Amino acid sequence: MVKEYFFEKTDRTNAFITRLDLAMYEETGGPLEGKGIAVKDNISTAGIPTTCGSRILAGYVPPFDAHVVTCLREAGAAIVGKTNMDEFGMGTTTENSAYGPTTNPHDTSRVPGGSSGGSAAAVGDGMVDMALGSDTGGSIRCPAAFCGIVGLKPTFGRVSRYGLIAYSNSLEQIGPLGQTVTDVNTLMSAIAGPDSRDSTAYDRPYTHTPSSEIAGMKIAVPEEFFGEGVDPTVAESVRNAIGKLEDAGAETMACSIPSMAYALAAYYVTCTSEASSNLSRFDGVRFGPSVETKRSWHDEYRDHRGTFFGKEVQRRILLGTFALSAGYYGKYYAKAQVARENVRKDFLRIFKDADIIAGPTMPQIAFKLGEKSDPLSMYLADILTVPANLAGVPAISVPCGTVDKMPVGLQLIGRHFEDERVVDAAFAYETEVI
Amino acid sequence: MTDKTVIIGLEIHCQLNTKTKLFCGCSTDFQGDEPNTHVCPICLGLPGAMPRLNKQAVLYALKVAKALKLTVPEVSEFSRKNYFYPDLPKGYQISQYDKPIAEKGIMEVDDDEGHPKNIRITRIHLEEDPGRLIHKTSRDRAGYSLVDYNRSSIPLIEIVTEPDLRSPKEARRFLNKLRSTLEYLEVFDGEREGSIRVDANISIKGHNRVECKNISSYKGVEKALNFEITRQRNLIRKGQRIEQETRHFLEGRGITTSSRSKENENDYRYFPEPDLRPLRVSGWIDDIVLPELPDARRERFIAQYGISENHARTLTGDLKVANFYESVADADPAIAAIWVADILLGEINYRSMRIDDVPTMNIGDLIALIRDGTITDKSGVEVLRVMLDHCIGEDVETCEMPADIVTRLGLTKAAGDDFTAEIGKVIAANPNAVADYHAGKKGAVNFLVGQVMKATRGRADPKELNTAMADALKETEE
Repeated sequence: MVKEYFFEKTDRTNAFITRLDLAMYEETGGPLEGKGIAVKDNISTAGIPTTCGSRILAGYVPPFDAHVVTCLREAGAAIVGKTNMDEFGMGTTTENSAYGPTTNPHDTSRVPGGSSGGSAAAVGDGMVDMALGSDTGGSIRCPAAFCGIVGLKPTFGRVSRYGLIAYSNSLEQIGPLGQTVTDVNTLMSAIAGPDSRDSTAYDRPYTHTPSSEIAGMKIAVPEEFFGEGVDPTVAESVRNAIGKLEDAGAETMACSIPSMAYALAAYYVTCTSEASSNLSRFDGVRFGPSVETKRSWHDEYRDHRGTFFGKEVQRRILLGTFALSAGYYGKYYAKAQVARENVRKDFLRIFKDADIIAGPTMPQIAFKLGEKSDPLSMYLADILTVPANLAGVPAISVPCGTVDKMPVGLQLIGRHFEDERVVDAAFAYETEVI
Repeated sequence: MTDKTVIIGLEIHCQLNTKTKLFCGCSTDFQGDEPNTHVCPICLGLPGAMPRLNKQAVLYALKVAKALKLTVPEVSEFSRKNYFYPDLPKGYQISQYDKPIAEKGIMEVDDDEGHPKNIRITRIHLEEDPGRLIHKTSRDRAGYSLVDYNRSSIPLIEIVTEPDLRSPKEARRFLNKLRSTLEYLEVFDGEREGSIRVDANISIKGHNRVECKNISSYKGVEKALNFEITRQRNLIRKGQRIEQETRHFLEGRGITTSSRSKENENDYRYFPEPDLRPLRVSGWIDDIVLPELPDARRERFIAQYGISENHARTLTGDLKVANFYESVADADPAIAAIWVADILLGEINYRSMRIDDVPTMNIGDLIALIRDGTITDKSGVEVLRVMLDHCIGEDVETCEMPADIVTRLGLTKAAGDDFTAEIGKVIAANPNAVADYHAGKKGAVNFLVGQVMKATRGRADPKELNTAMADALKETEE
């Protein structure tokens, strides 16, 4: 039976690009039956506009559901709307949206983080219990940390990306955001079903009940996560949180990830390169708005893309195009892949001895709107989240106290396909502090 | 003295005749269907759609690799070839770049002197076809283009040769043999529009190389290469420099034109396709069983049917012709070889028909009539023409059988008695020719025989008639 879900919450943070005041859901007897769920606007929803926060997709209504959306519908969820985001996921604040910035529910003069800022703000403000985001270099964990909620980036290949509008295919994963670890666990169980349409996804369903039993769990704490650029008060909060995990029976050890020196560069070369190619399809021929051009197709493409892509998107397309160009590929793209492999090796080495790597999610608390006007300083804010994407390992952000009344996130990173253990560690922390 | 050696290398794109497209489940059988009816989010390049590799296409490519003796590495990889063009929905083509599915093979062809030589195959890679643009012009508005994505993501293999070819004719022979091989492998349908497209690299030894792009027929390749050789030799003779460039072949005019300057040359920015895992095919190649290929079949035809090398070559050059021959060879392999290779192929070619259109049963009967001496070769041709002109396209069942045509047209071979009277008449009516014959002009006999043939409408057996005529003339001597 199809039932009605009235979504009447006020959107004071501009969390939604499209909202459905009357959403429908199916009585499937599934775990999400009758639950209102928000979906990031880069995840395709049949019949509901999907814009990626961009003008270039204004008016685009996908003819098909992303795999995760099919999963949501089968689990009985009511999709209440599509959440705001940095255009195509390119940003750390949700300020780069063609539909205006989203603000932080804890302080509306601050950003919610990004790029899944709309999803995090919707959850953080209590509009919904759970939301879907996507994480390319921290886009779930960063806004989860800034908005004081839980966000999981699953292992690369754990959740089908079919229907996720690609920004950087080899780095990104769809993942759950929620008020609590339990909510995140529930949503993760719903979306991790097998799907052969994503050739990079493995058939590794997620059926797990969180356990706070972490006695004997080995937690490595990398010195680089507390280095230069990390706000000391944030660092202190996170160290206290790790202390709580020790109280719960975990053993901690120091470690080092030397490859982190190159992680940010490797990340930005890889994601801009892939983006420059992924975003080529936005040419105005088959979808999106149109420009009046009575000249050649070449002119029309240029006008269309020049008009409807935002500044940051154009910047990253240019960077990526450059990095892949003849004569530069070896210097940039190929080198980035070497650096990426080194990050992966560092993680594998640490994970021989440790079960979990712990540190801050973000080096600072949520920025003021407009504070990071220089793209480079914005990029630097991703330093603690991108390594997990480069390595493809699962990582969660769980709230661990406040600094200046703003939430701080504890990041817990695990081995490939040990999403369950990462969730357990977060659950143990959550249980410990309640 | 300057070296005039011509150096040619080919890049051949062939559509594989899989049931579904390379990266989605859409049907490839769209010939004659409305534009954009064989499409889905994947081959339309809609945002969020992801490619899923068609295993059949991989197996077909491996079959070709095995037949041409290429090495198949354990791991190959798909890459994105990035460029903008309105027929390319994603803004990139999923292709293979530095890790193709197969490398280093050979194919033997005859050179212009008829000696066999090996042409090295550099590589084979798998890629998807773009869509198709349909250009429209109208009086009241500027020209515009429509895009049909039915072809988008049809699987292609690109076969690249080393620059081992030395003449346009050799290149043509190479292509013919390649086509024939692909058809024997049942991975390719040469009759589909656009099923093969060729880029040809050509240079005169010691000078720059020119790439002729997008030649879409076998004849076109030879024409384009001949045109280029003449153009390049003329430049060299005038002491001018040959630009290293890409030229476009204009099929209709048979010429090539400079298509883009170097500054506009595409930089394809290849990088590994992140939506597909590396392709591991180890073991697959061993499981592939190759059918009998053209060379082997030719040798078998010579041995099994005792036919000439030339006949065997003609008959085995095309899979369908070879199959056709084998289904009519039972009656008499030697007569069947002559009738299929020398007569039938010419007749259907003249009518732009395909061998598929010809019912084997009827041709088998015709061959039997000739073998049994029921009709003469000349009458046989007449029967064949009647058959081809009238019964093709109709249901084979209702098609008039050769024996009935013979009866209806009265083409049964004239018995000796039948033409003895005619010989008498012709001798009586042509005293001058008879006199010439006796005077030693032996050629006069041909004229007299011709007259009898004419009178019997070709139904007389030429050998028997010659003997009878000679006897009759001897009699007039006395």
